[in-house]
Amino acid sequence: MTVWDGQKNERERRLRDGRHLAKGKVVASADATRLLEAIIRPGDRVCLEGDNQKQADFLAQALVQADKSRIHDLHIVQSGIVLPEHLDLFEKGIATKLDYSYSGPQGGAVARLLNSGKVELGAIHTYIELFARYFVDLTPHVAITVARQADRDGNLYMGPNVEDSPVVVEATAFKQGIVVAQVNEIVAKLPRVDVPGDRVDFIIETPQPFYVEPLFTRDPAAITETQILMAMMTLKGIYQPYGIKRLNHGIGFNTAAIELLLPTYAEKLGLKGEICTHFALNPHPTLIPAIETGWVTQIHSFGSEVGMDAYMAARPDIYFLGRDGAMASNRMYCQVAGLYATDLFIGATLQIDLAGNSSTVTQDRIAGFGGAPNMGSDPHGRRHPTDPWLKAGREASSAHPKLSRGKKLVVQMIETFGKGLSPSFVEKLDALSLAEKLKMELAPVMVYADDVTHIVTEEGIANLLLCRDADEREQAIRGVAGYTEVGRGRNKRKVEELRARKAILRPEDLGVNPLDVQLSMLAARSVKDLMTWSGGLYDPPAKFRNW
Amino acid sequence: MQTLKLRHRAVGPLKGKRNTGIVGVVASGNCEALFERTPSEKTCEVDIRTSVVGFDEVWKLVVADFVERASPGGIRVSINDGGATPDVVMLRLMQGAALMEGN
Repeated sequence: MTVWDGQKNERERRLRDGRHLAKGKVVASADATRLLEAIIRPGDRVCLEGDNQKQADFLAQALVQADKSRIHDLHIVQSGIVLPEHLDLFEKGIATKLDYSYSGPQGGAVARLLNSGKVELGAIHTYIELFARYFVDLTPHVAITVARQADRDGNLYMGPNVEDSPVVVEATAFKQGIVVAQVNEIVAKLPRVDVPGDRVDFIIETPQPFYVEPLFTRDPAAITETQILMAMMTLKGIYQPYGIKRLNHGIGFNTAAIELLLPTYAEKLGLKGEICTHFALNPHPTLIPAIETGWVTQIHSFGSEVGMDAYMAARPDIYFLGRDGAMASNRMYCQVAGLYATDLFIGATLQIDLAGNSSTVTQDRIAGFGGAPNMGSDPHGRRHPTDPWLKAGREASSAHPKLSRGKKLVVQMIETFGKGLSPSFVEKLDALSLAEKLKMELAPVMVYADDVTHIVTEEGIANLLLCRDADEREQAIRGVAGYTEVGRGRNKRKVEELRARKAILRPEDLGVNPLDVQLSMLAARSVKDLMTWSGGLYDPPAKFRNW
Repeated sequence: MQTLKLRHRAVGPLKGKRNTGIVGVVASGNCEALFERTPSEKTCEVDIRTSVVGFDEVWKLVVADFVERASPGGIRVSINDGGATPDVVMLRLMQGAALMEGN
């Protein structure tokens, strides 16, 4: 006879094995490892959040301490490889297979682990791609999640850091998996429910609050004049002519410079209200001066940022806040917003090749992707027109205007030389060499050439929409590649032709006065300035406090 | 410390009346550029004092591009380099030219 409820029966067996450790749903922190040993089976797919910011750090430690004879060969399916424990799972042999998105802080360690052969890598995803696979072929058997508070029924409150949890928990719970949550505290009544208790099987109150990685704080003091120059070119050469109102910014210093020039330089250009009004964006502290001067209409966020809670709570017209006053962030929603409802993605990268493929992978660091391949791609399912989208589409195509789709603007900012004077423009991406070495089927390219529309360097802007063939594209890229070998290999005549057609724009073509390129142009020069702008509401993390 | 002396022909004299100007600072990764007018309206002299050796080729390219971009005839530039990258050098040169053109 066909069994139709095998998963349900398996779930019941596991719950029985775990329940003797629980009082209702509550398990003592001292029993965390025993609980995980009871409910996880060898070969399980496990999601151990593992988000961009918040970390189920206590349960990560508990899982690392598990008996390898009981739990082994796990397939880890989580967006962030952020904590050392995430890698220890592989070092110890508890886990052997990995599908993930982002590993910024552990990029070096991930590269070493892949080289050692201790990890069988499935793929490096963009966030919503991995979330999508949770519902198709990577559904977790066990999800280990993290919340600020729980009640005894297992309802969870995440505060501003909701992030990946709802999607992870739903995929797991509704496919008869098991959900365990670590929480900072168990309370009688929650300020708000982010995950309903009927999806949560066990809760563990931890001795310490969970760790949140401050990822989006950029100290204005570290912004260089070259970055200011590039930001000014971007404002005059891209934001102004296309009229970019709906956008996403990457997390680097280049975009922080743009944010800090809005109340000063862009204000002088008369662009207030014309650009940068609606963001899909993490709560960047460097956007505070623009918010305070009335530039920004609204911001939806992927996650929170350490120190920004009180500021956001005091700006309900700007951020999405729950009835409890704290921001809701759901990475799935915001990534979808960034994909379909913004007209521009702009971010920094580390390497660009002659076609315009861009990658943050270097020989010894695999930082993963996070949201960049998603935001930095042109969604072919989009059907609503906006001026920037239509203008970009028409620059790229000569088809009938009413039949040619628009195009999302995908801008890569890069200084021609990176750390240690390594050239940012290369004939062959390190990502490709790495893929050959590790026998990966796909090189980890962050933004593919056919999605990139503009490349901004200190030498100028290459508008790839206006390039008609591969050769023009290559010359446009060489034409902004400065004194790198790629830049010096340009065909001068062709580059000047492209410049005449405005496919290359130099600072002087844009009327950027070099004397305006001053640190004093930044609306804030330090983290302390940001705090002052916020009226004391922004509470910077300790590592950014140098006063 | 080495000194690099570069001489270029410019299309014409740099606009403006200002006689001297200074931009930048001598600091790590930065440079200071002193601009002065000279009687020779079609030449641009650039003297570079730098402790970083092995980048003569890049200096020559940067200065040649600067002369093409700014047409700085009748100008002597003295650069005290603190290990500036080419982007910073070009920015200082363009700033100096803009300063001299100012008033």
